[in-house]
Amino acid sequence: MSASGIRVALGLPAAGLALAALAVAGLPAFYESFLYLIFSWVALATSWSFLSGYAGYFSFGHGAFFGAGMYTTAALTTMFELPFLATLPLAGALAAALAAGIGAVVFRVRRLRGELFGLLTLAVGFVLATIVLNTPIDGGPGVYLSGVPLPRLLASPTGTLYLLGLGLAVATVGTAYAISHSRLGLGLYAIHDDEDVAELKGVPTLAYKLMAFALSAGIAGVAGGIHAMYVSYVTVGETFSITVPLYVVLMSVLGGARHWLGPAVGATLIASSLYVFTGGQQAVLGRALVALVLILVILLLPEGIVPAALARWRRWRPRPVEVLAPPAVAPAAVAPAGALGCHDVWRAFGGIQALRGVSLSVEPGEILGLVGPNGSGKTTLINVISGYYPADRGRVTLGAETLTARPAHEIARLGVGRTHQIPRPFAHFTALDNVALAATFGPGRVSPRQARAEAREWLAFTGLGRRAAARPDELNLHERKFLELARALAGRPRVILLDEVLSGLNPAEVASAIRLIQQIRERGVAILFVEHLMRAVLELSDRVVVLNEGEVIAAGAPREAMRAPRVVEVYLGKAHVA
Amino acid sequence: MPSLTLLGQAVVSGLLAGGIYALLALGLSLSWGLLRLVNLAHFALALLGAYLTYQLGTALHVPPWAAALAIVPAFFLLGLAFHAVFAYFRVSEFGSLLVTFGVAVILESLIQWFWTADYRRYETAYATASARVGPLYVPTLELLACLTAAGLALATWAWLRFTYVGKALRASAEDPVIAAAFGVNHRRQAFLLSGVSAAYAGIAGAFIALISTLAPSQIWAWVGVVFAVVIIGGLANPIGALLAGLLVGVSESVTMAVVAPAWAPLVSFSLLILILILRPGRV
Repeated sequence: MSASGIRVALGLPAAGLALAALAVAGLPAFYESFLYLIFSWVALATSWSFLSGYAGYFSFGHGAFFGAGMYTTAALTTMFELPFLATLPLAGALAAALAAGIGAVVFRVRRLRGELFGLLTLAVGFVLATIVLNTPIDGGPGVYLSGVPLPRLLASPTGTLYLLGLGLAVATVGTAYAISHSRLGLGLYAIHDDEDVAELKGVPTLAYKLMAFALSAGIAGVAGGIHAMYVSYVTVGETFSITVPLYVVLMSVLGGARHWLGPAVGATLIASSLYVFTGGQQAVLGRALVALVLILVILLLPEGIVPAALARWRRWRPRPVEVLAPPAVAPAAVAPAGALGCHDVWRAFGGIQALRGVSLSVEPGEILGLVGPNGSGKTTLINVISGYYPADRGRVTLGAETLTARPAHEIARLGVGRTHQIPRPFAHFTALDNVALAATFGPGRVSPRQARAEAREWLAFTGLGRRAAARPDELNLHERKFLELARALAGRPRVILLDEVLSGLNPAEVASAIRLIQQIRERGVAILFVEHLMRAVLELSDRVVVLNEGEVIAAGAPREAMRAPRVVEVYLGKAHVA
Repeated sequence: MPSLTLLGQAVVSGLLAGGIYALLALGLSLSWGLLRLVNLAHFALALLGAYLTYQLGTALHVPPWAAALAIVPAFFLLGLAFHAVFAYFRVSEFGSLLVTFGVAVILESLIQWFWTADYRRYETAYATASARVGPLYVPTLELLACLTAAGLALATWAWLRFTYVGKALRASAEDPVIAAAFGVNHRRQAFLLSGVSAAYAGIAGAFIALISTLAPSQIWAWVGVVFAVVIIGGLANPIGALLAGLLVGVSESVTMAVVAPAWAPLVSFSLLILILILRPGRV
């Protein structure tokens, strides 16, 4: 565990115990209620950030899950006379199941990102409110919980609720820390920056989004269960009002939704300032003031208070730039798994037939050059092999494994690495973290810590040893191209698909890239090399396949294949066919 | 099963209610589709327009059409100012949702400060007037609102389709860099569009003042339904917004008549979810 990890692992429970001791020693009931509300908001805002902050899927459905929890507890304690504490896990489970169900439908729609997801989740609250209002769960008049016995954790009821709220808040913030430093958190951050690339690097995006959504909703459900007891009179109007979903967003964004502690800080600030303005016209003024603060924060500190403060702190105490020495030999790779094979692969986009029965194979340690004019289907083939597009017909195999019909992240884990023609680094990750992500989720399945160690070696190997701490927007094109390459290599691929890695590089950079590709081949990796730069194709390729309009028109040794009459015709026109 | 007359009446009131939805959805659809701004403040602006119409009418006895003549240009200017802030800070699509939410809350507080949270009703002589078509009643004011929505939708459609400004706006929404390379001055047109969108909120507000009972929290009651209308109609598609508004209005009102009034809120969201799952490429 890192030093900051130990600090959090000790500090968080210590803070919790200190606050608990405060209540045991006897805190006035007013403060217990006030602090309970803050704890409740901390738990809600922090749990919201699991999916919405880390992965960037803003949900306005948190109020619905909170409300589902409230009504679960209200209904079970009054209609079935279940003990209050026993209803809390059920409240959480029901909310989590609801989120998982919604996610299972919604996350399958590929283009459903950002604000559309937000509006759909907003609808969930309205739908749930209508159902509760029209069924015996409520039916209209609201549910009284005043007769439900509250277990006596402390002498006073407010003390008991204070302890429950405190426990939930501490547990939630602890979970937030654990997630943000785990494989799950890393995957969620990557989804936020570029979901397609995350999937292609081996992140099981669907499963991770569902997990984050269910966990986040589950905590909101438990918070709702406790809150039902706190308000002791549950109504549809209050429960499903716009307040919860919107305040949760505000608190998280104010504090910094991508940081584990950000939402807790935002929740404390907003919940306390709301408390100052209670009652009558003052409450109106307070609400307007909070809204004004929100606007100013979004405009001036779009990343939130905690990240902005951390950035200032780091600027104040700059750390020395780390220079990584190039390794003597290239880092370890996974043993070759057999040849990559495409067997009669077809793919159409609407009426355009992009691939018409392409068959080819690449042996371990071989470089196959794939050339052809623009629009001939080279990149489409890479997209089909890596699982970004499904093939309409035909099969892609790696050794004995069939790759077709598998999700992209499984294909990545089986050892297919790729680069993108236009580099697509994760914008909020440093160069090192970009590479470490690929190492974490690649076929090596190494721990995040081991992944960082390997990532350092790959950065040094690709000549980016000085740029480990740089963000992608600080890198030039050549560095971004090499970062793309380092990221593909870090997954320890058995096959690597290089999509025009040389385009836009100057002659010296091309020469160093060619040396790098030769070193990769020496380690037994099968390389599919898409390139327009003919000198590099002829120099590197063992064999060449020429595509035109989705069809293989020539294959064989590089110079012979390029001299085939059909190839000359396609490239230069019929007149030049000698 | 309700009688045929009841069903017919439900369809008529649904169409008329749909007109108001469409009126609100128009401006929203334009700014979301062409400026990539999700403008929650649109609802607050419309309600502010309604309260101003109410205030001018009850305190100063200004007739609603005259009030609208003053409010609409004022809102146009407000829209320009609004866009100046967005352009200066380069607010992202999601940031715009949060900022305009903040603006909506401030406007709601402002309304509550001046007019309190009590319900307000603008009583006019013609508020209850209605025409009779066979066995069906058609309230005149709502018919006028619905026709205004249809007229605005058609005019906006023609504006986007046939004028240089409209084409330039659509080109910039598609690909701002290429559009700029062809000499499209997106900044100026974005201001214009933002102003137009706010002016539409003013028009909607005048009708809302005449037709419905006013309360500050009304802002949030519209959000769900109108966003559903915008998405169902397709972004930046005025005719789509109009048709979607009518569709949602009729579905809601028929549900009220056939099932029970309380289930009506489910209708728009069920439609929305169905459309999103069946036609995910719409937005």
